[in-house]
Amino acid sequence: MSNVKIFSNGILKENPVFVLLLGMCPALGTTSSAVNGMGMGLATTFVLLCSNMAVSSIKNLIPDQVRIPAYIVVIATFVTVVQMCMEAFIPSLYASLGLFIPLIVVNCIVLGRAEAFAAKNKLIPSASDGLGIGLGFTFALTLLGATRELFGTGKLFGLHLFPEKFGSLIFVLAPGAFIALGYLIAIVDKLRKA
Amino acid sequence: MAKLKSTLPNMLLSLTVICISAGAILAGVNMYTSGPITEAKAAALQRAITQVTPDFDNDPTADVYKSVTSDGDSLLIYPAIKDGETVGVAVESNTKNGFSGEIKVIVGFAPDGTLINYSILEHAETPGLGSKMEEWFRTDKNNQSVIGRSLADGNLTVSKDGGEIDAITASTITSRAFLNAINRAYSAYKGTDGSTGATGSY
Amino acid sequence: MENNLIVSPSPHIHGGDSISKNMYGVIIALIPAFLVSLYYFGIGALVVTAVSVIACVGFEYLIQKFLFRQEPTLWDGSAILTGLLLAFNLPSNLPIWIILIGALAAIGIGKMSFGGLGNNIFNPALVGRVFLLISFPTQMTTWPVPGNFPLTYTDAETGATVLSLIKGGSHEFPTYTDMLLGNMGGSFGEVGAIALILGLIYMLVRRIISWHIPVSVIGTVVVFTGIMYAVDPYSYANPLVHLLSGGLLLGAIFMATDYVTSPLTKKGMLLYGVGIGLLTSVIRLFGSYPEGMSFAILIMNAFTPLINSYIKPKHFGGK
Repeated sequence: MSNVKIFSNGILKENPVFVLLLGMCPALGTTSSAVNGMGMGLATTFVLLCSNMAVSSIKNLIPDQVRIPAYIVVIATFVTVVQMCMEAFIPSLYASLGLFIPLIVVNCIVLGRAEAFAAKNKLIPSASDGLGIGLGFTFALTLLGATRELFGTGKLFGLHLFPEKFGSLIFVLAPGAFIALGYLIAIVDKLRKA
Repeated sequence: MAKLKSTLPNMLLSLTVICISAGAILAGVNMYTSGPITEAKAAALQRAITQVTPDFDNDPTADVYKSVTSDGDSLLIYPAIKDGETVGVAVESNTKNGFSGEIKVIVGFAPDGTLINYSILEHAETPGLGSKMEEWFRTDKNNQSVIGRSLADGNLTVSKDGGEIDAITASTITSRAFLNAINRAYSAYKGTDGSTGATGSY
Repeated sequence: MENNLIVSPSPHIHGGDSISKNMYGVIIALIPAFLVSLYYFGIGALVVTAVSVIACVGFEYLIQKFLFRQEPTLWDGSAILTGLLLAFNLPSNLPIWIILIGALAAIGIGKMSFGGLGNNIFNPALVGRVFLLISFPTQMTTWPVPGNFPLTYTDAETGATVLSLIKGGSHEFPTYTDMLLGNMGGSFGEVGAIALILGLIYMLVRRIISWHIPVSVIGTVVVFTGIMYAVDPYSYANPLVHLLSGGLLLGAIFMATDYVTSPLTKKGMLLYGVGIGLLTSVIRLFGSYPEGMSFAILIMNAFTPLINSYIKPKHFGGK
């Protein structure tokens, strides 16, 4: 499989949120606005790319029996790097995502790609897999965030499209996340099979 | 290179090396980011203090002192001094009565106990409902605004509880919590300054 | 063709004509309550009901015709009933665009997303109401004060419901006579206790519903709030106030008894009713919302398949 194909696979055909249904916790928890969804997605993409590359390059140095703790340490390192950089340079995004950044460690997508792909493949394919899945995740979270922001507050990326009083608050809150995610999955499923 | 076998020395060695390198990376990033993080926090605090107090020429964060509220908690007070005279204080206050967790506010008082302005530092209230407190209590409409009110006459309460302030529509709990934080701030402030008719008790 | 051979798990749909017969029976039973609300809330009640019913029927038609590409089943009465029940759960001064969103949520999310009548897990009218309650809390909790057939619509004077008075710590309620007749603030269809009970009697006589669900819901609420009242009569309102206020009667009689979303067996119905009663009382007494009827019914709707799988209906002809 070519690197381009591996990359594009992650974005639509094996989209982690809409098709694999992985990483539901950040997908539902952080997408109250398009910017938040995108920020979370990009943070996860960075972690995925780095951890996939790291795991792929040191895979032969890790004995099988301790591979999971080793992967987790690698992933946690990159997550902490992201967290510190975000707090230092984008404090406003950190304020709204803060709680969810450390949880990237236990995001099953990251560990799943390390275990299922990076541990069995060479550096370059692992990098394109990490980038593809990561951008697929970012795409899904941004779309979900945009949907919720639009219906919830009448805004898109902070830009007013219709007056805020017509927004249904439920979309900003947790139940709206489930409803919006459900319909988006249905639509993507329909488009994929069409 | 062949894959390492899962023997005890191999496993120990491998995990040790990974942990040490992870630690080294994090230490490096921390050195690089700890400066900007403290700066960003200090700048945010400075902005909030400037927003809620009149012009000053001292450094409130350097002159900060602690004071005890009437319910025994202690809060940070940042005095704003101009030409050697105290023109107001910013009190960093909080309440645990919020609809979803703690609300942190910074409140500015003039020396006579008049509320100058406030700024919400941290909250987890419902977006679109409780979160309206960021604007609601400074909007000059009906009896919403708390700005310019003097707490020397007594605590602020919402009209539902017999007070003067109009609560946020459909968010009475948040409104009560917010006023609680303001009242706590005032009680900490007057607890240390006799000129505002304090009980003087620590 | 092969779709017709799949035996799906319960709940099953009745034969065609019995659906609409029962639906229209429920609609007739709602008439007294509607007349009461017409008297106290006037034009508002009329406008909200008309908009809600037309919107529900319209959305169902559009979705069936253009999304499902099937023959629309407009006249089985179920969409009309959903529209009526949704309207009865709204304040009578609600802006029209909010009613439209509510109808879309009720029909689109609550009913059609699950595959239409018979497949929905949750009561569609309540899905619509709760959607609106969470989305537009300000408008949904601004209740007009009842008058004598007022002709104003959105600019009516507003007041509090009995339950929000209780939540606010007040001890001054409308008199029992007013509460029985419906002279109090609230969603316009829930106020007239006597009218709602008339509807219950009609449906029991016509055997449209059985007594199990309404009686167990109401009984549980009265017992639970009665115990709390006996323990501390100052902090908790007496059970009669709880019985006559809020959506308890409307919910217990008309919403909880929806065929599709309630258990099939008598034992199951009792369990389901007790669950609704307990949840309602707990939310009313200890929750942050003053009223918990809609949430309680939706939560127990979710338990219905579980109840059905543990308390199975007897085989036809079996013992």
